Amino acid sequence: MGEILVVAEHRQGQLNPATLETIAAAVNLKGGSDRKIAVAVLAENPDDFVGQVGKAGVDEIVKVPVGVASFQSDTYEAAVLALAEARKPSVIMLPHTVDTWGYAPAVAVRGGFGCATDVFEAKYDGDELVAVRAAYAEKLHMEVDFPGKDTVVLTVRTNVFKPSEDDASPSVSDFAAPPAEARTTHMKFIEPEQTGDVDITQAEYMLSIGRGVGEEDNVEEFKELADTLGFTLGCSRPIADNGWLPKSRQVGQSGKTVAKCKVYVALGISGSVQHMAGMKHVPNIIAVNKDAEASIFTIARYGIVGDMFEIAEELREQM
Amino acid sequence: MKILVPVKQIGVVDEDFELRGDGKDVDPDFLNFEANEWDDYSYEAALQIMEAADGVEVVPVTVGPDDAEDVLRRCLAKGGERGIRVWDDALEDASPAAIVQVLAKVVEKEQPDMVFTGTLSSDRSYAQTGVGLAAALGWPHAAVITGIEWKPGDPKATLLRELEGGLVEQLSVNCPVVLTIQLGINTPRYASLRGVKQAKEKPVEDLSLADLGLSGDDLAAAGGSFRVRRMYKPETGQAELIEGTPAEQAARLVEIINELKGAA
Ligand SMILES: Cc1cc2nc3c(=O)[nH]c(=O)nc-3n(C[C@H](O)[C@H](O)[C@H](O)COP(=O)(O)OP(=O)(O)OC[C@H]3O[C@@H](n4cnc5c(N)ncnc54)[C@H](O)[C@@H]3O)c2cc1C
Ligand SMILES: Nc1ncnc2c1ncn2[C@@H]1O[C@H](COP(=O)(O)O)[C@@H](O)[C@H]1O
Repeated sequence: MGEILVVAEHRQGQLNPATLETIAAAVNLKGGSDRKIAVAVLAENPDDFVGQVGKAGVDEIVKVPVGVASFQSDTYEAAVLALAEARKPSVIMLPHTVDTWGYAPAVAVRGGFGCATDVFEAKYDGDELVAVRAAYAEKLHMEVDFPGKDTVVLTVRTNVFKPSEDDASPSVSDFAAPPAEARTTHMKFIEPEQTGDVDITQAEYMLSIGRGVGEEDNVEEFKELADTLGFTLGCSRPIADNGWLPKSRQVGQSGKTVAKCKVYVALGISGSVQHMAGMKHVPNIIAVNKDAEASIFTIARYGIVGDMFEIAEELREQM
Repeated sequence: MKILVPVKQIGVVDEDFELRGDGKDVDPDFLNFEANEWDDYSYEAALQIMEAADGVEVVPVTVGPDDAEDVLRRCLAKGGERGIRVWDDALEDASPAAIVQVLAKVVEKEQPDMVFTGTLSSDRSYAQTGVGLAAALGWPHAAVITGIEWKPGDPKATLLRELEGGLVEQLSVNCPVVLTIQLGINTPRYASLRGVKQAKEKPVEDLSLADLGLSGDDLAAAGGSFRVRRMYKPETGQAELIEGTPAEQAARLVEIINELKGAA
């Protein structure tokens, strides 16, 4: 029975907490079986992270010195392929992040492995690995399996699996990754601009608008509505991409996480995973959407199926 | 000098929909077919390079049935002189691994200098095709790209790669390369009426698997990325729906907001 191999992720010296979620997903998949769980740490100095990934359920930590301080696709690809060749894992699990988007599919193609991305459930049905992921803007779930594949790459959706609080003392081993020709070169990281705009990560009450707002001229009335309610105005990505609101107002994976938010009113936002990554944790989400099937309703506490303009107009009159 | 741009026709589900008889996908009668949003950005990125230099050709390619030709015409209405569509019934329900094999053959045939895919297709959200294609070709690749500095002949391109939380990485990459292009990299143009008219006359080459030296058996033998067992509607959340007229709904909303603010 092949092991479950988790690949840790880090950036700028920090372990990505999604690594611990992915370990939790592996523990969950292992269930009562005697499959082993190994965590590979690819880093310039793997020891920097070894202490942080020894969570309950992990049997072994594999240190893989790779000679690059930050993610490099060719190097990571070669290292994970070599690990797969040497260890014959049945599953390789990685967090579903921008870095893994940049190499996990290449590992799968080169290894001839099965592959499913953005998986939020994985289990064994007898000996058969089954993974579940979303389709059609989260409106459907698809259950997939991997006939004939001895190794399967799964990238695991973030903010789904709860990391274990308990530490363990797994064994630690070393693995020498083969040299790889790096065809991309990291130049620098560019931090988001400090705009002097409000810091939405500190806002307690937010009103966010999405593509449902329609056009730029309509943004102003929601600015006013937010002010009237005493809420901070936020937005989904298309609004920021269009330049209708500054990027600093964007909630989500590539924007901000509204960590302090207590009430989040989402108007005309469908509820993509990437948007939810920044607000799913908010205890009181109120969604207004004209599509009763919009996935935002699956995480909302209160929902109004209706037109955001009509509701906004009524709110203005009643405030 | 050529840039190949794979573009995909995606399905958007109707408000009320039914599953296909085998339960493995939505019944196509309940799907609206559209162009993938990401591909607007990758096509625009290619057009901008074409317009900034001489002798650059931009070719959209899609793997899809007859009506997928629409997404090619939509591209050609904005620029470019010809498109390529590959189809075979064996490609119905193809997983990314199969699409990758087909696109790799198109790249072999066309010999482009660059390939720009979208980062993601919004119906299935695989985010596998571009980087998988690069691996099949043995080409360098970079994903989730929000900036490209490159002109024909340059051996390297300088890129911006969008990371989590607003962080961006600047990197350089050897060419030829496959890039997966992210939303917001540019402002995609709209086609002019004249462009739409002209696009109707532009040639679209229809290729079968056999034309590319592939067969359905080849694809099956290589195995897909996965096999769909079933699709199903997830449990709906516990959202308490606020019913009534907009006035009543808004009144209740004000009540809830005041309650929540008071309790906080
Ligand atoms: C790597 C990556 C990172 C990303 N990062 C982010 C991010 O940080 N933040 C983010 O938001 N997105 C992000 N995205 C984009 C994300 O995938 C979606 O495209 C985006 O969230 C969609 O925004 P939306 O919900 O406003 O638009 P849509 O998905 O188009 O939804 C619009 C909604 O408005 C509703 N609507 C329309 N008109 C009305 C009306 N009059 N009244 C009420 N409802 C109406 C519609 O029913 C629909 O549900 C990212 C994508 C990728 C690939
Ligand atoms: N059937 C297809 N035909 C052409 N290009 C495709 C197809 N499927 C995926 N792609 C390309 O791959 C990108 C990402 O798609 P995906 O990997 O399915 O999320 C799309 O934006 C397209 O550029």
